[in-house]
Amino acid sequence: MADTYYDPKDLRKFGKITEWSEELGTKFFDYYGSVFEEGALSAREKSLIALAVSHVVKCPYCIDAYTKDGLQKGITKEEMMEAVHVGAAIESGATLVHGVQMMNKYNKLSM
Amino acid sequence: MATKSLKAKGDELAVSNKQLEILNGGIFAEGELPYFKDKINEIGHFPLRPAKLEILQINVGYMCNQVCEHCHVDAGPDRKEIMTRETMYQCLDVIRNTGAHTLDLTGGAPEMNPDFRWFVEEAAKAGIKDFIVRSNLTIIRANKKYYDLPEFFKKHNVHVISSMPHYTRGKTDKQRGDGVFDKSIKALQELNAVGYGLPGSGLRLDLVYNPSGAYLPGDQMALEADFKKALKEDFDIVFHNLFAITNLPIARFLDYLIASENYEDYMYALVEAYNPAAVENVMCTNTISISWDGWLYDCDFNQMLDLKVASKVKHIKDYNEDILNDRNIIISQHCYGCTAGAGSSCQGTVA
Repeated sequence: MADTYYDPKDLRKFGKITEWSEELGTKFFDYYGSVFEEGALSAREKSLIALAVSHVVKCPYCIDAYTKDGLQKGITKEEMMEAVHVGAAIESGATLVHGVQMMNKYNKLSM
Repeated sequence: MATKSLKAKGDELAVSNKQLEILNGGIFAEGELPYFKDKINEIGHFPLRPAKLEILQINVGYMCNQVCEHCHVDAGPDRKEIMTRETMYQCLDVIRNTGAHTLDLTGGAPEMNPDFRWFVEEAAKAGIKDFIVRSNLTIIRANKKYYDLPEFFKKHNVHVISSMPHYTRGKTDKQRGDGVFDKSIKALQELNAVGYGLPGSGLRLDLVYNPSGAYLPGDQMALEADFKKALKEDFDIVFHNLFAITNLPIARFLDYLIASENYEDYMYALVEAYNPAAVENVMCTNTISISWDGWLYDCDFNQMLDLKVASKVKHIKDYNEDILNDRNIIISQHCYGCTAGAGSSCQGTVA
């Protein structure tokens, strides 16, 4: 049993989720594979989006995977960090924009 | 960045047996990962046999002006192994009589061999179709005596294949040493200035990319497009093709993998990326690698692991193409590096 909830070695076993639900697992991986193919966006652009989202959803497996993927694609550390900031800006913006709701409520309840 | 070769440091990994012990033991001996032999047996390619010989790769010495972090040769300024003119004569005999169409000179920095120019001049007369010199680029700017190398290469219609880990200064210098990027850029501009890499010039200039760390190379065409765009826009440099080469777990790269605790993950990555379609075209099937002291190997990697060809012809002085071609190629777990993803060879992807 691992000492922590996250074990980096578990990422190697990701494909095994199909064993307990072959149909849904296969559908997921087919979809996943298609999403990351070259399309209107380049594979490089998709990798940077995935890296930013990995941070926003706070998935350590995804961060490892898309840092490595970015290196493989020749993406620089500066580009990676900018992508993380984009994710962070959206995430903090999403928190702050609710401040408007708080202000609305405050104003409604106040004389 | 490394500063000395493993050999100069007396590192245990400088000994090929120690490297083989690691490659054949651990996660492979424990059955966690399959042996390469078993993987290629599944598709009927064991034993791996040579096809028609196309490439003679000659390593003219391990001496180099750089000490790159990933170097599987463990080359460096402290390495004194250098091919003698006597061995070069033996090579020339073979070059004149071989069916191979490509001659591939490598090192170390091949230009540092004192007989390099003589050898190129003699070998160029032999009518080889593709005459490659693998240059680390910085050697062209290392010392005045090398400044005319671009002209020399042009005179003998040499195909220059140059190492260039990345189009950014930071990544290149981290792998190869401070200042390497700027010198490499200058050398590429000088090669362009005499016509290398220009469309229609006939002077071929290709770049070699290999990852600066414990990961596999991405798509070769995408990397080539990125390199071409960045080098043209930033430095007005043009080149023909980019070859993406996977780092093999040998010598200094193996040392780095172990020291950085990446060895296991890297071997997993190689095995997971194993591509049966790449097996047929691995470079050991059409190449013979000749060491500075004339021994024959299936490839440059086997040379560094001191795995001489499994043939009664083992040395250039006894060279016989027919006898050599009737051999089994020696493999170990490092061979996963040549069959991962799109495959890897000294000429880039193979599948």
